Amino acid sequence: MSSNNGIGRRGMLKALAGVPVVGLLGVQALRKYNYEMENDVRRKIVKDLGLEDLLDSVKPVQASKGDLIRIGIIGTGVRGKQHLKALGFWSKDEMESTLKGSNKSNKAQLQTQMNYGNLNIAITGICDVFDPHAEEGLEYASNDIFTGGDLARQHGLKRYRTYHEMLADPNIDAVTIATPDHHHAKMAIDAVKAGKHVYAEKAVIHREDEIEPLYEAVKNSNVTFQQGHQYTQNSIFKQAKEIIDRGMLGDISHLETFTNRNGSWGAWIRHLDSNGNPKIGDPSMIDWQQWLGDAPYAPFSVKRLYSWARYFDYDTGLYGQLFSHEYDAFNQLLNIGIPDTVASSGGQYYYKEFGEIPDILHTTMEYPEKGFAFTYSGNLNSSSNRERAVYGKDAWMTVLGKLKLTPDKKSEKYADLLDDNSISPDRPMIEVTPGGNLDSPVDAIASATSAYYAERGLISTNIEGKEWDITHLHLKEWIDCIRNGGTPSSGIEKAYETGVTIAMADISYRENCITKWDPVNKKILRI
Amino acid sequence: MNTKTMKWQEAMLITLRFLIGWHFLYEGLYKLIHPEWSSIAFLDQSKWIFSGIADWIISNAGVLNTVDFLNTWGLILIGLGLILGLLTKPAAIAGTFLLMLYYVFNPPFIGTSPDVPLEGNYLLVNKTLIEAAALLLIAVSPVATKLGIDSLLFKNKK
Repeated sequence: MSSNNGIGRRGMLKALAGVPVVGLLGVQALRKYNYEMENDVRRKIVKDLGLEDLLDSVKPVQASKGDLIRIGIIGTGVRGKQHLKALGFWSKDEMESTLKGSNKSNKAQLQTQMNYGNLNIAITGICDVFDPHAEEGLEYASNDIFTGGDLARQHGLKRYRTYHEMLADPNIDAVTIATPDHHHAKMAIDAVKAGKHVYAEKAVIHREDEIEPLYEAVKNSNVTFQQGHQYTQNSIFKQAKEIIDRGMLGDISHLETFTNRNGSWGAWIRHLDSNGNPKIGDPSMIDWQQWLGDAPYAPFSVKRLYSWARYFDYDTGLYGQLFSHEYDAFNQLLNIGIPDTVASSGGQYYYKEFGEIPDILHTTMEYPEKGFAFTYSGNLNSSSNRERAVYGKDAWMTVLGKLKLTPDKKSEKYADLLDDNSISPDRPMIEVTPGGNLDSPVDAIASATSAYYAERGLISTNIEGKEWDITHLHLKEWIDCIRNGGTPSSGIEKAYETGVTIAMADISYRENCITKWDPVNKKILRI
Repeated sequence: MNTKTMKWQEAMLITLRFLIGWHFLYEGLYKLIHPEWSSIAFLDQSKWIFSGIADWIISNAGVLNTVDFLNTWGLILIGLGLILGLLTKPAAIAGTFLLMLYYVFNPPFIGTSPDVPLEGNYLLVNKTLIEAAALLLIAVSPVATKLGIDSLLFKNKK
């Protein structure tokens, strides 16, 4: 060879000594890769179940395009402020502390929104009858995360003393309603009649007689209505729905859901600050009569102002606040509709100090024509995270942070896979993490370590690698429908069914009876 | 030291170079053929003074992708360099640097252990640190780097 260069055959061999090593590694790496592909149980199951395209059910988030929409926020307490943030309006302080803070998920959501979440809207109005909340609302609304406040300067931002004034203003195209529940339906009806698009927080109704007027008002209008049930924007729901639609569970016999919380905040005892002193508020700061609305008169108190959800005069407690989401989750998955009968029981077992709402609550909803029953259990004295479950003849599925599909040991549909031990009733055959990839080791049939990461939430809710605030996505869907037509996922039909079901459950508890739905006369019967 | 001992030393140093090169190259190849791989899990466990940087990397998709890309190709090129003896010394130094990065992002100090179960128990010294030291030994040992393509490229300097 190149002995002329003074290397010689021996020198060349020495120079190329590493080549066979690289060759050996290449051959072994290829063998290992082929072995893994052939023996990948997870891949085999995904293929056998025909789920290779499951993740296609999650669509990428498209940018919102269209004319500017001017939005007014009615009620800027806890939830109204979350609306503002989800729309891209943050106080400078909170924006800064979130970006600098240690909560990775919050930070990632804000960054996603800053980069991809400009909905081309302006907040042009704030309405809250309580001055501190209104002032806070103005602070948030005046600073958008995209321009640092140009939107408010350009389009104007105003505080309205009554929601009627806001609805009368042509500078408002749409409103979100985040007041105490007893105002929701009336405000929504008035807004619809004023031609404003409505995003109403749950529960959209407080009493049964509000359901029909709200439904009629929206149906007879051209406005876009969305109920504030943002849970279902989670990508997991699209996959869960796909699994149900493909009949992978077999005949479904039982839906089961829970809401557990522990602590006074979770029980809506919110009128005390962290030192145990009453929060700010006196009659000079609030239009108390307007706050009460049509509710029976009660003198002003910070208890009622902040902890209103504990009083039946303003709320339905667990039903309106938490069950509403749970019911809608199943209604989105299975179109369950209104139950035939509802029976509730429970009581105040722990938080007995004030207010009427129960802290332990159980509800059974019967769907004889559909062949299943639906049970709900709420507990305000334990934060154990019980999973939302759908039980079928062939498999059962839980949908919470993750989706898990586990075969039933008696399943005929999966008998072959069970027989050859490809799957086992002791563990999920499919496990999907939001934003996950079925080809990724952290999803289906996860290994111990990767499952651990997922349980810890280290791989969190995202779409295409981006962490999204689901309330933002839900508001976005509403705004996109305002611009482009179409019905939001939690539109008036779903809101109607939720409203009736909540009213049936609430009446069953408060009046100690079983309620029955009369679909012909559209009435709730007490039996 | 007699010649026989020196030969053995040389052989073992070159074997060590091949072994570490193999480890680097396969780690890189694995990441290349498994596109779903990401450094998120590793960075997320970062507990020491670099955890802030790790968080920053994770929270910026562009930065994360760049880090993953550089890591994958860094491992592959260093691995190839070590096995083939191509730019062996720079490869060994770059490899030491990369290993020390892994070390400082997740050092086995008291109170900075990752939350996930490991295959061994470590205190200050872990396998990454040992591998880094071994690679540095290769970098500073002329006999460890003389076998390889470099002998063709830099023959005039001999």
